[in-house]
Amino acid sequence: MNISYGLENIWTWLITLIDRLFCRAGLPYIFAYTLEKIIFGVALLVFISISVLFLIWLERKVSAHMQSRLGPMHVGGWHGWAQTIADMVKLLFKEDIIPAKADKWVHRIAPIVVFVPSLMAFLVIPFEKNLIGQDLNAGILLIFAFSSLAVLAIIMGGWASNNKYTLLGGIRSAAQMVSYEIPLVLSVLSVIMLVGSLKLNDIVEAQQGWHWFAFTQPLAFMLYIIAATAEVNRTPFDLPEAESEIVSGYNTEYSGLKYGFFMLSEFTNMLIVALVAATVFMGGWQGPKWLPLPGIIWLLLKTYLIVFVLMWFRWTFPRLRVDRLMDFGWKVLIPLAFVNIFLTGLFMVVFK
Amino acid sequence: MTENTLKDKDGFETMYLNMGPQHPSTHGVLRLGLVLDGEVIIKAEPDIGYLHRGMEKLAESRTYQANIAMSDRFDYVTSMNNNFVTALAVEKLLGVEIPKRAQYLRILMAELNRVVNHILFFGFFAMDLGATTALIFGFREREEALELFESVCGARLTYNYFRVGGVSRDLPAGFIEKAGNFVKMMRSRLKDYDDLVTGNVIFQDRSVGIGRISKEDVLAYSLSGPVMRASGIKYDIRKDDTYSVYREFDFEVPVRENGDCFDRYMMRMLELREALKIIEQVLIKLEPGEILAKVPKIIKPPAGEAYVRTESPKGELALYLVSDGTANPYRLHLRAPSFINLQILQKILTGVKVADVIAILGSIDITLGEVDR
Amino acid sequence: MDAQKYLNEIKGRFPGTADAAPERIKDGVPALLCPAPFLFEIVKYLKAEGFNYLMDLCATDYRDSLEVIYHFCALETNVKLTVKVRLDREKPELASITPLYPGADWQEREAFDLLGINFPGHPDLKNLLLPCGWEGHPLRKDYSRKPDQYD
Repeated sequence: MNISYGLENIWTWLITLIDRLFCRAGLPYIFAYTLEKIIFGVALLVFISISVLFLIWLERKVSAHMQSRLGPMHVGGWHGWAQTIADMVKLLFKEDIIPAKADKWVHRIAPIVVFVPSLMAFLVIPFEKNLIGQDLNAGILLIFAFSSLAVLAIIMGGWASNNKYTLLGGIRSAAQMVSYEIPLVLSVLSVIMLVGSLKLNDIVEAQQGWHWFAFTQPLAFMLYIIAATAEVNRTPFDLPEAESEIVSGYNTEYSGLKYGFFMLSEFTNMLIVALVAATVFMGGWQGPKWLPLPGIIWLLLKTYLIVFVLMWFRWTFPRLRVDRLMDFGWKVLIPLAFVNIFLTGLFMVVFK
Repeated sequence: MTENTLKDKDGFETMYLNMGPQHPSTHGVLRLGLVLDGEVIIKAEPDIGYLHRGMEKLAESRTYQANIAMSDRFDYVTSMNNNFVTALAVEKLLGVEIPKRAQYLRILMAELNRVVNHILFFGFFAMDLGATTALIFGFREREEALELFESVCGARLTYNYFRVGGVSRDLPAGFIEKAGNFVKMMRSRLKDYDDLVTGNVIFQDRSVGIGRISKEDVLAYSLSGPVMRASGIKYDIRKDDTYSVYREFDFEVPVRENGDCFDRYMMRMLELREALKIIEQVLIKLEPGEILAKVPKIIKPPAGEAYVRTESPKGELALYLVSDGTANPYRLHLRAPSFINLQILQKILTGVKVADVIAILGSIDITLGEVDR
Repeated sequence: MDAQKYLNEIKGRFPGTADAAPERIKDGVPALLCPAPFLFEIVKYLKAEGFNYLMDLCATDYRDSLEVIYHFCALETNVKLTVKVRLDREKPELASITPLYPGADWQEREAFDLLGINFPGHPDLKNLLLPCGWEGHPLRKDYSRKPDQYD
């Protein structure tokens, strides 16, 4: 299928233009390639920053309306759209505190370590068929590999702050994220079995015409959503930063921009899991044929649907307790994921 | 503060966690010294006194009426109930007869305040378990109740509404209708509460079977109020040791058997419904009349003493008042339900998880203003 | 009055116990004035007789002596009884009833803190409401506050 509308046309046109220019100037192709990737990376960064700012605003609005409030209404004019920008500016100007007995370097590096991998995961997500940083053969694996690095940063931050609450938060998140990684990957595994490829574009194209894996693999989809909520530390699985128990968890001792990085990465991670859910289970950039919109619009619509569901969870559910969380992960989610894989395998053997 | 020499069961070092006095969910400035083995509590030691204002001493230098004003500050969530017990104690010493309408107004206000307290409990307890929306829902309804209070006595938190011998003002025009609407609204909102929190699987998972208090412990530790009734002891001072005109009202004393966090939560929700029932009855029974008995300008009760108990939303709120015949009380001692209910923590916190500490503390429903006085 | 029965019973058993100025007591609960050395035994007896609920424990300074007041209640029958003990002001000492009623723990600590009454037998008698190392007992009538930086 060839979709002739969309952002990718502009992108392909731009690539061709750069390629030709460099070719005419007699420069090697590697320079053109590098420039293209840099342009894409910058565009991606801009996209992520704007999305995250929007997400934070959205979170506040969604929560407010769920709680019969209005949320931010003043900054910027229309429904306080500039509120998060103002908040970020405020964070920029805040004093950067490093606790006296903290492990200074680890404390400093942790926010970077948490943010970079969450950015990297965006590289392999196909916003449209050709609008992709790098269509790797093992794209989906790369995403999970990078998103599991976040736990490292959280432990680093929690341990380096030299505070008992942050330590508890770090330990909790280590246990939680390592455990929930397994059902997360296993739930996607059944989809990969059906598609036979780890390439995200292949997965998207396998769902052509409403054959979403969310419908054919409902159990996997549910498992994915639950595990993803836990993976991005959102209620009901927000134990690492349970504010009524351990103050603010691993980021208790962070302030200013470093705290901002933790917050940004939290929302970036949410965006990633939602993007992956939209790509793997909901047909990615494909939309109905009768409504020719750019693929990226379809993808973002689906993504924000998932994001909204995650927010809905957060403002509805209480928090699980740490041992019950482990029980749920190991005794419910993982067995179910295995059952699902087994059933998928059985299905494939019987019907093919 | 304390040297941590406790070892866990494998002989490893434990962690001493100072929870509070600055902590989001210690409900004020309570400090809990927790000795942790991982996330499991080996020993818990509540430490209070951070809000000690010396109220019992202050009372000795204030007139009786000024003490009613001060009683607002004991437990600042249930000011009307504090007013009630103070006024009752002084009247007991004085031996005055209270006009009928004043009695009804007092009960109306006390029960409205009970509703407010239980709404707040609902919000904070759910908040402690991580459900943020419930808190805002609770505050939304509390706001309506506070507006009622405001229309009656001009204040939203420290009402100073009761007087020795009656109440300070009569109801404003339209109050009865507004209060009736409030009761109706509250009934429908209670359904929302149940939908959002009570039936939630995670909520039940967090509260059922957590922090069990046995009947024996309730008696040994002198626990009172909803905490007591949640453990299966059906004793409500309003019914069993009645005061004012509670006898005239028809209400149930709910009781539950398990004594865990969920039952303590359910107790409040059930009591809330009963309180609404009482409010409705008061609104029907109210008849015009005097609201203040004839009492001297300067109140000087004859020398004597009285121990007067009432059922506040938190438990048995009682006042031991000693008069020496002067205009100021000789001794005023408050039997604060939060203070005494809090003692059980030392016992039931052992062996639970950090997250349960918050749930248990929340389910006991304390106000630090009353604990420290 | 049912409680009067217990009162008479105790007066017969423990010499030196007496009614505590009934004309002063306005709440209608019979009160018993007992000598300090018998207190623990009397409370033990009361507990065995069904007074299972310690409503309140507090102390008052009467300038010539200190008085500790126990309010008991039998929840099943709703019979109430007050027990009072007069203590020497210089060296107030009274057996702790915390082993019988664990709920008395903090209330005794409070009396220790604010009125300086010593409760031998209490598991952990230390400051409760006042900061560590506070001098004097604020609820005593002769307590005078030391001027601080705000005076």
